[in-house]
Amino acid sequence: MMKKKSKLVSYAKWGYIFLIPFFVTYLIFSLIPLVSTFYNSFFENYMVGLMKVGPKFIGIDNYKAVFLHSELLTYLKNTLIIWAMGFIPQIFFSLLLAAWFTDLKLRLKTGAFKTIIYMPNLIMAAAFSMLFFAMFSDSGPVNNLLTYLGLPSYRFLSEVAGTRGLIAFLNFLMWFGNTTIILMAAIMGIDGSLFEAARIDGANSWQTFKRITMPLIKPILAYVLITSLIGGIQMFDVPQILTNGEGNPNRTSMTAMMYLNKHLFSKNYGMAGAVSVILFIITCILSIFVFKFITNDPDKIKVKKKKKGGSL
Amino acid sequence: MKKKLVSLLLVCIMAMMSLVGCGTKKPAVATQTPENQGKVLNIYCWNTEFQDRFEYFKKSGKLPADMKVNFIVTPSANNAYQNALDAALLKQDSAAADDKIDLFLVEADYALKYVNSDYSIDVINDVGLTKEDVAGQYQYTKDIVTNTSGVQKGVTWQATPGLFAYRRSIAKEVLGTDDPVKVQAALNGWTAFDAVAVKANKLGYKMLSGYDDSYRTFSNNMAAPWVDKNNKIVVDANLMKWVDQTKTYTDKSYNNKTSLWDTTWAKDQGPTGKVFGFFYSTWGINFTLLGNSLATPTTEGGKAEVGNGIFGDYAVCAGPQSYYWGGTWICAAKGTDDLPVIKDLMYTMTCDSATLKSITTDTQDYTNNVAAMKEIAASSFKSDFLGGQNHIALFSEVAPKIDMSKISPYDQGLNESFQNAFHDYFNGKVEIGVALDNFYKSAIEKYPNLSR
Repeated sequence: MMKKKSKLVSYAKWGYIFLIPFFVTYLIFSLIPLVSTFYNSFFENYMVGLMKVGPKFIGIDNYKAVFLHSELLTYLKNTLIIWAMGFIPQIFFSLLLAAWFTDLKLRLKTGAFKTIIYMPNLIMAAAFSMLFFAMFSDSGPVNNLLTYLGLPSYRFLSEVAGTRGLIAFLNFLMWFGNTTIILMAAIMGIDGSLFEAARIDGANSWQTFKRITMPLIKPILAYVLITSLIGGIQMFDVPQILTNGEGNPNRTSMTAMMYLNKHLFSKNYGMAGAVSVILFIITCILSIFVFKFITNDPDKIKVKKKKKGGSL
Repeated sequence: MKKKLVSLLLVCIMAMMSLVGCGTKKPAVATQTPENQGKVLNIYCWNTEFQDRFEYFKKSGKLPADMKVNFIVTPSANNAYQNALDAALLKQDSAAADDKIDLFLVEADYALKYVNSDYSIDVINDVGLTKEDVAGQYQYTKDIVTNTSGVQKGVTWQATPGLFAYRRSIAKEVLGTDDPVKVQAALNGWTAFDAVAVKANKLGYKMLSGYDDSYRTFSNNMAAPWVDKNNKIVVDANLMKWVDQTKTYTDKSYNNKTSLWDTTWAKDQGPTGKVFGFFYSTWGINFTLLGNSLATPTTEGGKAEVGNGIFGDYAVCAGPQSYYWGGTWICAAKGTDDLPVIKDLMYTMTCDSATLKSITTDTQDYTNNVAAMKEIAASSFKSDFLGGQNHIALFSEVAPKIDMSKISPYDQGLNESFQNAFHDYFNGKVEIGVALDNFYKSAIEKYPNLSR
């Protein structure tokens, strides 16, 4: 009995051992803060200068304050609008570039391009925003150029469209390279024989793209959409720096995270906790919804295709 | 096999690198142990002004040669400086002796917050200055840092009456004179000021650069402090006057739509600027205006002399309404281990009339010694930057009039929120009521204990 056991070498334990660092890090840096955020959201607890108020248990008063007296919903709407303004062009250009770069007929040398389009992502968002802040300021180079060309100058950061547009443009610039590379990987993962078969059948580039590429990269598209959405809800550094933390004009570029940051200004752990919990729930719901919606689709498309094939 | 060797090699290198990392870190920690107590002076501040002034203390020879001076600079915008200082002060008790804050600087806008806390200490009984030492200072500079029980907790080397710095060349064109007395006569009171704005506009000049320029002249003349006894925010009628005036100036393009401290604002003060004048305070002349007026900055080899940009084209007058702006107080932090040095520093920089006189004559800053300033005012001292004007004479007249009785610990945060909220109104983006709402929102986010 004993001999038998010693002969069996259990490799399974190594799996657990190697997983320990992850779980320890996750516990310390993610789970405990997460739980303590929930806990903190039920307390009145803030600093006024050097004076501490609380912590005092106040039940769901913080949540009431967020829903009744704050404009979190407006800020969420701002966030989503700015995110969509950046994401739509981002997915369009990424798909286009990914399709071109992977197209064997075009025979593009893509190495340099891939590096260049990824570049903006390597720059710190804060530095990038500072650059844009200077470039698009009232007497900055962009306005000088406009005046030089005989066009009227535009006060980008005093206009709703200008400010939101710049934030969206920055997000687009920073992330389209990343998305392109992910989509390229997805397209290259498709069996080449499918494209070959389509070409033999006489499909043009658009048809190939629409009927073969798109359906097969749907899961990756879902992944891109979800990660971008979650990233979008957490949009903070670009608008914070571009608008000096105020979400000008008239708080129309104030994102939900910037609002959260406003509470951290006075170390208002209670209100900040409540806002965080709400954002957490919203993120969860959105993720589940989008994930379900998109991952279900390929099957439906297959069914449709079969039906079509049948009727022909 | 080869692959295994390579990976083994990589692992070894990584392990070595992490060990090397430890090796270099350890001695660094060792130097921080409190074996050399009282040899480090940690100073919290928000810009480099004090660092420049500190040279005078070094020159006095009272700074121990082996003393290490750390300036911890955090810019003050968005309360960043106060937040950094608060965080450090809250850790003061547990910090190692050499990591403790020894000195910190405060501005009039929030001096009360620190003066009324236990983190600042008595400059007379704890630091060791005498009542006679500080007797020569302007009374208001002592009042502002005196807490509710009458203990003085800070000292300053400067007095900061507000002023209006105007361009001599533009004044000549608009008013026919650049003489400070005559210009002051033309700008005396807001009605006169507005009339000059109209004239300047007709000749293609802007009266002011931006929205916030005249803010301080209104906010310093409020009827009551920002926050009343019930922690309610009170928007003073005088502030609404600022709103109305600035809206008019913006709509009629008497200003250039800039914000305080932004690059366009700074450019307006330079050779290409078309702005009549700027509201400033004494420190602004040498710390900001001089640098902005040069065509070739000193960092690029330019010299601060006539011929470089518009050096010499500015002059100062009291302006339409008396006010003050800023001022930097030196406070000693509770728990400091460098009291003797701090005493010497406070004495040299704020009580020693010889040092204060040389600061004024070298840098044109207005320093905190009534007698010394009167002496310079009566002398033949003149500022080349201000076209030969003896501006000290002007300040020694207005400095005793400064009234800081309406300050509150919330001034900086509320002033910033108020200015910012109304930029949207000036830009024509929102109605006045919405701007006011936005101000309250921002204010209560900053100070949850306040109410509307």
